[in-house]
Amino acid sequence: MERFKVTSSPHIRDVDSVTRLMGDVLLALLPATALAVYLYGLRALLLIVVTVLAAVATEAVCQKLRKQTITINDLSAVVTGLLLALNLPAGAPLWMGALGSIFAIFIVKQVFGGLGENFMNPALAARVFLAVSYPKLMGQYFDPATDALSSATPLALLKEGQMSEMPSMFDSFLGTVSGSIGESSAAALLIGGLYLLFRKVITWEIPVLFIGTVFVGTFLLYGFDAQVALLAILSGGVFLGGFFMATDYATSPIHFNGRIVFALGAGLLTVLIRRFGAYPEGVMFAILLMNAFTPAIEKFTAPKIFGGAK
Amino acid sequence: MEVKSFKGGVHVPHSKGLTEAKETVVCSPPASVFISMRQHIGAPAKPVVAPKDSVKKGQLIGEAGGFVSANIHSSVSGTVKKIHTMKIMGLDTTVIQIDNDFEETWHESVKPRSGIDQLSGSDIKNLIMEAGIVGMGGAGFPLHVKLSPPENKPIDTFIVNGTECEPYLTCDHRLMLEESDQIIQGLLFMMKTVSVKKAYIGIEVNKPDAIEVMKNAAAPYDSIEVVPLAAKYPQGGEKQLIYACTKREVPSGGLPADIGVVVANVATTKAVADYVVMGQPVTERVCTVTGSGITTPKNLLIKVGTPLQHLIDECDGLTADSAKLIMGGPMMGNAVASASFPSTKTTGGLLILNLADAKIGETTACIKCGRCVTACPMGLQPVYISQYSLRDRMDLAEKYHPVDCIECGSCSFICPANRPLVHSIRVAKRHVMENRRKV
Ligand code: SF4
Ligand code: SF4
Repeated sequence: MERFKVTSSPHIRDVDSVTRLMGDVLLALLPATALAVYLYGLRALLLIVVTVLAAVATEAVCQKLRKQTITINDLSAVVTGLLLALNLPAGAPLWMGALGSIFAIFIVKQVFGGLGENFMNPALAARVFLAVSYPKLMGQYFDPATDALSSATPLALLKEGQMSEMPSMFDSFLGTVSGSIGESSAAALLIGGLYLLFRKVITWEIPVLFIGTVFVGTFLLYGFDAQVALLAILSGGVFLGGFFMATDYATSPIHFNGRIVFALGAGLLTVLIRRFGAYPEGVMFAILLMNAFTPAIEKFTAPKIFGGAK
Repeated sequence: MEVKSFKGGVHVPHSKGLTEAKETVVCSPPASVFISMRQHIGAPAKPVVAPKDSVKKGQLIGEAGGFVSANIHSSVSGTVKKIHTMKIMGLDTTVIQIDNDFEETWHESVKPRSGIDQLSGSDIKNLIMEAGIVGMGGAGFPLHVKLSPPENKPIDTFIVNGTECEPYLTCDHRLMLEESDQIIQGLLFMMKTVSVKKAYIGIEVNKPDAIEVMKNAAAPYDSIEVVPLAAKYPQGGEKQLIYACTKREVPSGGLPADIGVVVANVATTKAVADYVVMGQPVTERVCTVTGSGITTPKNLLIKVGTPLQHLIDECDGLTADSAKLIMGGPMMGNAVASASFPSTKTTGGLLILNLADAKIGETTACIKCGRCVTACPMGLQPVYISQYSLRDRMDLAEKYHPVDCIECGSCSFICPANRPLVHSIRVAKRHVMENRRKV
């Protein structure tokens, strides 16, 4: 007689699963990835493949060694690997991609307890780790138009005040200027970002407020020039960071008010680092810094409890 | 049309199509009914009949065991077979088994009442107490208790809950379509008991026909307003419903009476009219038998104490792949292991899911996506309460206010990692409440 399954309520669940969310992120990165391969060719393709494989392998090995269930099917390591690859310059050697992945998954993610427990975005932390350890190699940008090595990214030009040398808005938007392989085209990233919003994988607060703050901040700090401000959000990692990195679940606040503070902070820091810091690009440091503040932000912006309990 | 709502919540698939257009049909009478003495919150009722007694329909068989308790009446005419103890939902429960003589003879006490217009508020309240009316939306809180707020808490607003936000269930929907006048009548009686001048009837917009019908029925009364509400779960949660209608928040740890409101479900409201006008206590109710695991889903008028198996048979049996039996709806209902339990005054739904629908994805690590926080209608942070509860750190869990949780299940529903959120939060809530009681 006792043949029915007994579990506690609720008895129905939303269809979203972690794998599905991660799969959506991968889909959203497809335009930027495809463009990277189109612009930089085999070099980029190999870099992407090696970096992703290294991330997945590291995850599997870590979990195997710690006798945990292997969860590479959740695709989170694939996402980390792909994000890291898109953050590398086309000139980066393959071993660097692999090393970055090992660092991201082993040190940043698994040591802190695995998925959801890390307090820094693994791909970003790995990018910074590589930039600090191999500054020369990480600066090997290619100019996609000429396929020649070039170090002068639009942001470097902005830093040096060489406004006239800067690429046109149109080139920035389409991504035919030098930069990391995945961050050069704002258009490709925007398509992906809109897809994530549409699928409700992310919410609007972080991308909109982050990108908006960078725009306004640049406008105020660089002589009230809307052209420059627009270029500032179309260049470098602003779209990649705003849609794909700052929105990382584990390292951004879990509630609305917190996400607002987080996004404003990251935007402000980006502008300040770009303007006053030693590096031309500030997005990655800014997001990482805000990652570190996330627990504190969550505490101070906790939602109001219905009925007024304190 | 202005549509009101509350903050948070989730969009659940309504799944009401199986039964919402089906008229309520009278369920065939079972050979025996098994009437529980624990159909309400509070002290169990005490049997006032003995084996071999012959009883009639509507006769008092269980007497309220205190103020917070409720009378219980026979739902059939026949003979008391035995009085025994059954384990129902983990509680030892006294059950009176009555063999049905199929005569449906009403007890002498059941007759249309004369002089209804002369009844005072307190007369009506006494009748409600006599009738053993409890919250039929699921909680089973004795209605006369709700209608007796402390002197210092004047009530100024009555709210009838016609939201039916639980997926699958359509019993309240059907009741509104089929018995709208009785609902309005019952509401007017209840308004008299607490002398309020204003009443709202909250209905989700996914039931436009019910909104229409209730608006028509309420049209002669300026004091009654039908409020269209967003079709969002848990719109029918008492606190969410009150907020949507009045913008008032029930204080943490408090009751609706604290902010001058009393809420009653539509079935409860109709039961008031049944007794005050016709003298019929609660002996039957509408119950939706539905889901992918039952052959012919139906809205049935069932007798209190009908074995669940009888309801299943009435709907042409289970499907071959039926896997889960739930008393109530899928969000807050209780899964039971077998169909050997009897129905009660609060059994508004029997949901049977097939294997595919009963499948719940495996639990994976929390990815800190924050969906549970956005979904929580109480403004809690389910992820943290749950995390500490699972680590048995109740001291830390308590800081996140598990006692404010209404156990609506929105957080678990939305969690992409299928974390056992409500389950672990419930554990923390019980723990904290027990500790407070000890102090
Ligand atoms: S919804 Fe689930 S995965 Fe997301 S934060 Fe809450 S518990 Fe974690
Ligand atoms: S924590 Fe409680 S009130 Fe909040 S969503 Fe979960 S079950 Fe509902």
